[in-house]
Amino acid sequence: MNPPRETPTVVYVPRDAAALAVGADVVAGAIHAEAARRALPVQIKRTGSRGLFWLEPLVEVATPQGRIAYGPVQPEDVPDLFTAGFLSGASHPLRLGSPEALPYLQGQDRLLHARLGVIEPDRVDDYLATGGYRALEQALALEPPELVAQVQRSGLRGRGGAAFPAGIKWDTVRRAPGPTKYVVCNADEGDSGTFADRMVLEGDPFSLIEGMTIAALAVGATQGYVYLRVEYPHAYRTLTAAIELARARGYLGPDVCGSGRAFELEVRVGAGAYVCGEETALLESLEGKRGLVRAKPPLPALAGLFGRPTLVHNVLTLATVPVILAEGAEAYRDYGCGNSRGTLSLQLAGNVRRPGLVEKAFGMSLGELLYDYGGGTASGRPIRAVQVGGPLGAYLSPSHFDLPLDYETFAAAGAMLGHGGIVVFDDTVDMARMARHAFAFCADESCGKCTPCRIGSVRGREALERVLAGGPVEAELALVRELAATMRDASLCALGGMTAYPVLSALEHFPEDFTARARSGRPVQG
Amino acid sequence: METRDRGVPGPLAPLLEAHRGRPGALLPLLHAVQEAVGYVPPAWVPSIAEALDLSRAEVHGVIRFYPHFRQTPAGAHRVVLCRGESCLARGAEALIAQAEQRLGVPLGGDTPDGRFSLEGVYCLGLCGCSPAAMLDGQVHGRLTPQRLDALLATAQERP
Ligand SMILES: Cc1cc2nc3c(=O)[nH]c(=O)nc-3n(C[C@H](O)[C@H](O)[C@H](O)COP(=O)(O)O)c2cc1C
Ligand code: SF4
Ligand code: FES
Repeated sequence: MNPPRETPTVVYVPRDAAALAVGADVVAGAIHAEAARRALPVQIKRTGSRGLFWLEPLVEVATPQGRIAYGPVQPEDVPDLFTAGFLSGASHPLRLGSPEALPYLQGQDRLLHARLGVIEPDRVDDYLATGGYRALEQALALEPPELVAQVQRSGLRGRGGAAFPAGIKWDTVRRAPGPTKYVVCNADEGDSGTFADRMVLEGDPFSLIEGMTIAALAVGATQGYVYLRVEYPHAYRTLTAAIELARARGYLGPDVCGSGRAFELEVRVGAGAYVCGEETALLESLEGKRGLVRAKPPLPALAGLFGRPTLVHNVLTLATVPVILAEGAEAYRDYGCGNSRGTLSLQLAGNVRRPGLVEKAFGMSLGELLYDYGGGTASGRPIRAVQVGGPLGAYLSPSHFDLPLDYETFAAAGAMLGHGGIVVFDDTVDMARMARHAFAFCADESCGKCTPCRIGSVRGREALERVLAGGPVEAELALVRELAATMRDASLCALGGMTAYPVLSALEHFPEDFTARARSGRPVQG
Repeated sequence: METRDRGVPGPLAPLLEAHRGRPGALLPLLHAVQEAVGYVPPAWVPSIAEALDLSRAEVHGVIRFYPHFRQTPAGAHRVVLCRGESCLARGAEALIAQAEQRLGVPLGGDTPDGRFSLEGVYCLGLCGCSPAAMLDGQVHGRLTPQRLDALLATAQERP
């Protein structure tokens, strides 16, 4: 075969797991085959996803006018796209124009997620060309206390759920005595309705590696671990490959960037236990034990992994660190409202027309997110309930849609933002079943250490099953309230403690789903 | 603790060598074992315990604690259906019922002919295209009853 005479046209196809789940690999294969058939020089680059999932597989073509997007592309659309001239950005029913100009993206504040869907995640040079490792360069020139001060000034709070101020944690670990300290990344991402960690791991892994390296410099750690859930095989492959590349280029290892300082990073894989996302259970698991939650104190910051001072952070928290250094702590702080500073990675899921990743400064209203971004339900029916903050988050009704998305407002409303997952339900949802599901989830995932969680969740599930079967409502619901309150007040960790949120909010905001049951005699299934 | 050398099962020896002395070695070792033979054979537990200087009870406790680790061989095909809230909002319950009916086993069960293991999971991180599932490590989103049937049929035809 003759070598191609022209420079090939670059076509971008995501390799994010959610894009693969709707056929991105098959589409990439079809583009490759069709280009060969027509003897057109095409180079396919595999990126992460921009997070506009209703448009996946979202294919982009590099044209002299910039990238032009087409989607959602099915394999059978490919010959037609070629005939229409999509390689030069020509019009076609699937043509979306410039991806950055899509309202869904244009309205966002993409600081943390700027590279998703743009760069090839396994290329250090792509990362460098988009500002990568500039923050590490700055960090290497700073003393640890100054690095910690920058994080403090940024107002960054942990994105894993508890929203604890990151700077305070950094300072505690930095001041903790001892030659051996660890930085641990919590990549367990167990919350249903969330996927932003996964997207970073698959689409921009060097940002996490850089963030962990800077954190290690600041607190004085030389070893890091990423605890990754076993349900994320694609993220595992991308992240381990990225770590190898970073090591080969001197960004990890005994002498980070010739600074004389060492930082090693290893990925450890979980084994299907949700509770191992809780930081002390995670540390137990990293030590090779059962994932039982530890009583605090001691704080992991003082006595964490193998008893040493340990900085534990979520993927997003750590990946935000390079953004803060590159943009400046004050610039980052300028985003957001109240004590919720910077941007929040919201993940729209469930029955929503436009599911996806929305990175916005704190303060947008829930309704704006659900309708302006989400476009309402996928089914076209009214939104009836929204669960915010994962499986332990409260169920909210449309009367809450004016709430601004910030930590304090949500806490005041008896809810929480958690890791930013938002799951939408239409008016066919049965909230008694969702409340039962919350108890069942807790019963399945309880580590078993405390009785209210271990036993209360099972009793709660059974009580709601009796309600679902048409049993006596009042007595059972009184029992459910009592169990939920005991779990809330007497559990060691938030798994048992916060199961009350979905259960009690469902009861409070959707009482008719519980009380009407005895009359309608709706049967229980599954 | 027993120190009697009962001989390390052949395939286990190199795995023990690779993990001995690693901090917190047990989980990585169990993953390596399960990757190699599809489950963690109970007969291997004494050797694992001895190599890592743990009691057998500790090793057993860890295997039992984590849902991912199996003590019996898995079916030829592993079907993992998501039952997290996002997928429930998009009809996961019906898909689970359908899979249970087609395969004749409940979630968590293995078909008697050794062809399928059916598992439930509380989120695969694919909530952007719920309902989602994983079949033999391949991800599938926007599942419909028809697509689920097609997936099961293709798997059935593969060895
Ligand atoms: C039951 C339970 C599960 C949790 N799961 C996760 C998780 O999957 N990922 C995560 O980052 N944090 C999770 N957390 C929160 C962690 O305990 C911890 O607060 C977090 O990793 C700290 O990091 P951050 O400061 O960056 O948020 C969980 C907490 C509980 C109680
Ligand atoms: S609340 Fe539940 S998960 Fe948390 S420590 Fe107690 S038993 Fe374990
Ligand atoms: S809830 Fe099913 S993939 Fe997340």
